[in-house]
Amino acid sequence: MKELVIISGKGGTGKTSVAASFAGLAGRVVIADCDVDAANMHLVMAPVTRETTRFSGGKIALISPEICAGCGKCLDLCRYDAITEENGSYAIDKIACEGCGVCAYFCPAKAIEMVDDENGEWYISDTPYGPMVHARLGAGGENSGKLVTLVRNQARQIAKKNKTETILVDGSPGIGCPVIASITGADAVLVVTEPSMSGLHDLKRVVSIGRHFGARVLVAINKYDINLDMTDEILGFIKDEELELAGRVHYDIDVTLAQIAGKSVVEFSDGQAASDIREMWTNIALALELEE
Amino acid sequence: MKIAVASGKGGTGKTTVAVNLAARAGLRGESAIYVDCDVEEPNGHLFLKPEIEEIRRVEIPVPVIEDEKCNSCGECGKICHFNAIAMILDKVLLFPELCHGCGGCFHACPTGAITESPRDVGKIESGKAYIDAPDGRKVVEFIHGVLNLNEAMPVPVIRDIRKMIPEKKWVVIDAPPGNACSMVETVRGSDYALLVTEQTPFGLNDLELACRTVKELDVPVGVVINRSGTGYTGVSEFCAREGIEILAAIPESMEVARIYSRGDIIVNESGQFASVIDGLLKKLEERTGSAR
Repeated sequence: MKELVIISGKGGTGKTSVAASFAGLAGRVVIADCDVDAANMHLVMAPVTRETTRFSGGKIALISPEICAGCGKCLDLCRYDAITEENGSYAIDKIACEGCGVCAYFCPAKAIEMVDDENGEWYISDTPYGPMVHARLGAGGENSGKLVTLVRNQARQIAKKNKTETILVDGSPGIGCPVIASITGADAVLVVTEPSMSGLHDLKRVVSIGRHFGARVLVAINKYDINLDMTDEILGFIKDEELELAGRVHYDIDVTLAQIAGKSVVEFSDGQAASDIREMWTNIALALELEE
Repeated sequence: MKIAVASGKGGTGKTTVAVNLAARAGLRGESAIYVDCDVEEPNGHLFLKPEIEEIRRVEIPVPVIEDEKCNSCGECGKICHFNAIAMILDKVLLFPELCHGCGGCFHACPTGAITESPRDVGKIESGKAYIDAPDGRKVVEFIHGVLNLNEAMPVPVIRDIRKMIPEKKWVVIDAPPGNACSMVETVRGSDYALLVTEQTPFGLNDLELACRTVKELDVPVGVVINRSGTGYTGVSEFCAREGIEILAAIPESMEVARIYSRGDIIVNESGQFASVIDGLLKKLEERTGSAR
């Protein structure tokens, strides 16, 4: 079983378009959309949801006003400015609460309890390409790293049960906890970048994360023909760092049109971007010794 | 006034809008500051090229245990909600990277064996960006935060940035992508949230999520459509339905993409883009004036 995680350092580089196309090319596959903050895979994968489960990212504090003696100890101890006081009555700012439980532990009146902060859902769905695990984090949701881990573990279990060889993970943007949760223990990471100052900057940051967690790092340059000088610079970086180039994709309006049509690029089009992505998948399958 | 530029998702042009808003306001001779709260992948500096004048460390307090005073009662492990402290037999084990710095263990330890010492999680750099105007150089103040690589928690860095923001006519805050804790920490307390989106189903999906989050924060909201002209009408239909104003539309343009990819400030080079930003500044002035 091989797990390929597609990440990008930042959003909008075409990560999901590439991932969705790979799902169509990979044959038997389990898909995990780990961009739980703003999942997009479902828009192009036509999923039919089979199972929905509530998710609790952690605990938050709740003050019972009838028990609260108004001593203000919680206000003194809270380091997250999550306790508000108005005319001697105390309440929790749910958004600021970190769930540390310090207020509950030290409340002399035992007026505070820690309750489950239910702020998301996760789903197992069927798609034309195979099962997909995805999730939705509630507004301002906390602990997306935990939800990402949950989604990945579910995908692994399904792959194990179905004896599926490939797990395709659409990772989260950034370099914080959700990304770390997206890539730990993966066989390979494909970083999708684009030839711009910020693209290169983000690529450098995210590659060092991938490395840190021991993953094999491949790079895809999307819209490479927008700025050929910058593409050369990225190629130089790939060479210097001894990374692997998975492929280059032309700028192609079909990528946007495929999205609008609710399809993956390779399914929608036989254009330049589609053929670039096909070629890239062949390279990756070869590199990871996947059966095509 | 504080304007948070957010997007629900990366890659929609959030940084482009934020940088150029601040730059254009600065060019007009108004006091402006650009604040980059996307601490996982800050990009604004690539365009504004600021001279950094001051660097501050961001630290969180983590526990230190004095073995001689510890009687292995286990109270610290019991209060820790983040698994940063574990009792193995009668020895206390610390995992500082999991610690949120709540101080619970420090307060709970009955023998005074726990003290706190700062742990470095990132830095905040501030300085000035100089923008060339026909009548000389203009200043835009600059602040950004940078999360250390392999750190999972951006919120402490954002919290510290927020405390540092000076009063200016234009405070333009580049928010982190997504809708989770770090975006929330950035947007709450702003006078206005500007949501940048694209006319595609991905753009709409992310805009809906971002709107839901911002509404919970009770911050007035408006939309900027980037790369408009795809023919997809879902975004404008959504805005009409929800009563959200579209303040500006930036047409898809290869010229803008090229200027961006070089890391230059677009209002300095594209008259058409500059007039869109001017219109946006004017509307923001009106909306925030009337909102107060």
